Parts: sequence; C-alpha cells; structure tokens
Amino acid sequence: MIDRGVPSVEEAVADVFDGATVLIGGFGRAGQPVELIDALIEQGAGELTVVSNNAGNGDVGLASLLDKGRVRKIICSFPRQSDSWVFDRLYRAGEIELELVPQGNLAERIRAAGAGIGAFYSPTAVGTPLAEGKESREIDGKQYLLEYPIKADYALISALKADRWGNLVYRATARNFGPIMATAATTTVAQVDEIVPLGGLDPEHIVTPGIFVNRVVAVGERRWLRDGEFIGGVDLEGNPIESEQAA
Amino acid sequence: MSDRISRQDLAARIAADIPDGSYVNLGIGAPTLVANYLPEDQEIILHTENGMLGMGEAPEPANVDPDLINAGKQAVTAQLGAAFFHHADSFGMMRGGHLDVCVLGAFQVASNGDLANWSTGAPGAIPAIGGAMDLAIGAKSVYVMTDLLTKTGESKLVGRCTYPLTGVGCVTRVYTDHAVIDVVEEGFAVRETFGDNTVHSLRELTGLPLLDHTNGAN
Repeated sequence: MIDRGVPSVEEAVADVFDGATVLIGGFGRAGQPVELIDALIEQGAGELTVVSNNAGNGDVGLASLLDKGRVRKIICSFPRQSDSWVFDRLYRAGEIELELVPQGNLAERIRAAGAGIGAFYSPTAVGTPLAEGKESREIDGKQYLLEYPIKADYALISALKADRWGNLVYRATARNFGPIMATAATTTVAQVDEIVPLGGLDPEHIVTPGIFVNRVVAVGERRWLRDGEFIGGVDLEGNPIESEQAA
Repeated sequence: MSDRISRQDLAARIAADIPDGSYVNLGIGAPTLVANYLPEDQEIILHTENGMLGMGEAPEPANVDPDLINAGKQAVTAQLGAAFFHHADSFGMMRGGHLDVCVLGAFQVASNGDLANWSTGAPGAIPAIGGAMDLAIGAKSVYVMTDLLTKTGESKLVGRCTYPLTGVGCVTRVYTDHAVIDVVEEGFAVRETFGDNTVHSLRELTGLPLLDHTNGAN
C-alpha cells in the first residue's frame, strides 16, 4: 500500500539536513508553502541553498527563514520587491549569496533537472551581464547560452488537493513552480488544503502525478475558500477584510 | 497642440495596433494600462507569465483571490476561456515564439534594437531580473512603451545602450509620448509623430539620424 500522507508539517520536514538545497514553490505569496516553511524554521536546518522565484515577502514564510539566518545562498529571479526588506538587509550586509537567474531560465533549469536533461541551450540573456562566464553557441544562426539543471535535495510546494498516492491538483496561478519543482528534488513535500480518498481526483485533471511526490500533508482549507468554493473576503495576503460585500 | 501625449493616450495608441486574436503580454508598470484600451468587441488574450492566458481585469476588493494574481503580484480575474499552467510552460510560450506581442518599459533602446530595462547599473543596487530577459526575446513583436526623454531631458533612444542590456536586437517598435518609432535595419525610423513634433524636431531631441517613415514607408 502506498500512503504518502504524513500527519504533520513537522514530520514532513523532519529530515531536512544542514547544507541541503531546497526548492521552495510560490510566486510572491501565491503558492508559497508557508506552513512547511514555518515547520522548517522550527526544525532548525541551516546553511541551506534555497531556490525560489522571489526572496521572501514581509516577515513571514521564506522571509522569516532568511531572517533566522538559515539560508547561505538563494537562487532566484527577482529578489528585490517592495516588501523584501529581510533579504535586502542580509544582501547589503554580505550575509547571503545571490545567484540571479532570469525567470524562464530558472523554470527551465528546474524542469530539466526533473526530466533528466544534462544541460540545454537557451537564448535568454544572450549579450547581457548575466551571460558572463557561460558557454555560448550559435545554432541555426542564433546565439544561445548553455544552462545547467538545478537539482535539489528537497522541494517544498503547495497544492490544493492530494490523494494518498501523492497525485496533486493546484488552484489558479498558485500553481506556478509547483509542478516543475515536484519533479526536481530527491524528496518532494507538498502541503495541500485536503487529502481526498483515492479516486477523489479526476485522472484527467491531475497536474502532478504522484510519482513525483514523496510526502503530502494537509494544512486545512485556505481562508478564501469554503468547501472548495471561492468566498472572497480577504486581501492579497489572505487576511480578512472588513467590507460590506464580504460580510 | 503640444509636444507630448498622455500615458493613457499612448496606451490607447498601442492598443489600436494590436490585432484581434493576438496573444499579448503586457509588462509590469505603464504597459499594463494598454489593457484598459483593448476593444471589447475583439478577443485579445492576455498572457501573464506567472501562469495564465485569458487574464481579466482587477476584481472588486471583496473578490480579491490571493491565488489569482498577475506578474506584478496584483489581484486579477480569469476570463471565460482562461487557462492556467506552470512556469516552464509559461516561459516556453515566450521562448518558443508563440506570443504575438509583448509591451515592455525601457530605460534605453538602441538603434540596433538593443533593450536596457532592468538595471541602471548603479553601485549597491540589488539586482532583480524576473522575466524581463525572457520577455525581451520572447514575442514576435516586442513593443516598448516609454517617455522619449528621461526626467532630466536625456533621450532614451540612443545609438548604443550604456545601461546593462536586457536583450540584444530585440525591439520591434518604440511607442513614446512624442512619436512612434520603428527599429529597422538602418536604425530608428519615425513612423508617426504626435502633436507638434516633426522628424526634424525629434532628431534634435534625440541627437540621432532618424529615418523619416511618416509617409507610410516601411
């Protein structure tokens, strides 16, 4: 019998080790596995290399992991945001290493790792400062740069629902990096709103097949949903808003 | 008459050039204004690189959905017929040449089509690139929407970019508050002037030998 369900987020991240490379899903706050990150902070692993599109927002989730000094290096496309003060401080103080990767190359490097591709040629960043040190090649009259896969020890992602085989479905643009990160790590951990019985997910709609997922943990329904239906009444950070319409 | 048009008018001018049925990515910032002027009787499908085709307008505050955002991390809606997909597919749509148009902002555009829009190279600045380099090379037509001059009066159209490049030879056309200017093999070619501007006055403002294509030459 296959049961990838684990009872708690603590258990889901218990074996993350010092120095691990960890893919963390999410684009901004959408799809960020906040409960898993909080559990990782509690768990205490440090010297991590984190791969994520952004470098944390506000003081929660990834920003909090950075704030606690657990991250040695971050590989991301867009660290600087209006609410990235934690990363900004660490970077300016020289306390975190940054590898800046164009967003599409970041996605494709993760995808390549999951698909067993040794390296690939991308046209993105040709002729720019980010091409420095990269092998280039002309193919059919067009310039490309050699890009290597990004493999990881762990992927922490967020999805909407799972079954016990680890099949996943996502919700709207919170999908973002989840499906590719799930493929690229030795151990993939997905937090979901709900784990449904086998057969509860339509095979035609499964986005990430369970073969890519090692652990699933239910964290409860997101505040803007009720019984799977969108009810609104929250701001972009998911906090309740006071509004006549929402009441 | 004046020598500049407003950002809203410029957004409307760009919208008028986007054909029915196009797949379009509007970059963060001023280019998002173009969405307000797309004709309602046409089906122009907006791509947002975080993973959706068929992006709709902003929701009412009570209907903000934290799972449904655009590349600028603002709340949006999904139109009927919208599709969600992961990041590798989304950037494959760009890199693979499937998008018809993207509209981007710029710090500088060079007469060979080079674009600089991600960094002024200022020392100590925290670098961030996001999808800018992928977008710059990722559409059949790459339009730039920008003021012609910086706040201190320097031309953003240049012979050669001095800021770090985003993409090489990638810009198709520049929509400025003074004129619409194509990038052609020989350099910049003025396609349309706004207000009192003439090709002559634009040459003086930019210090560049602009070609005159205002009579429909291509």
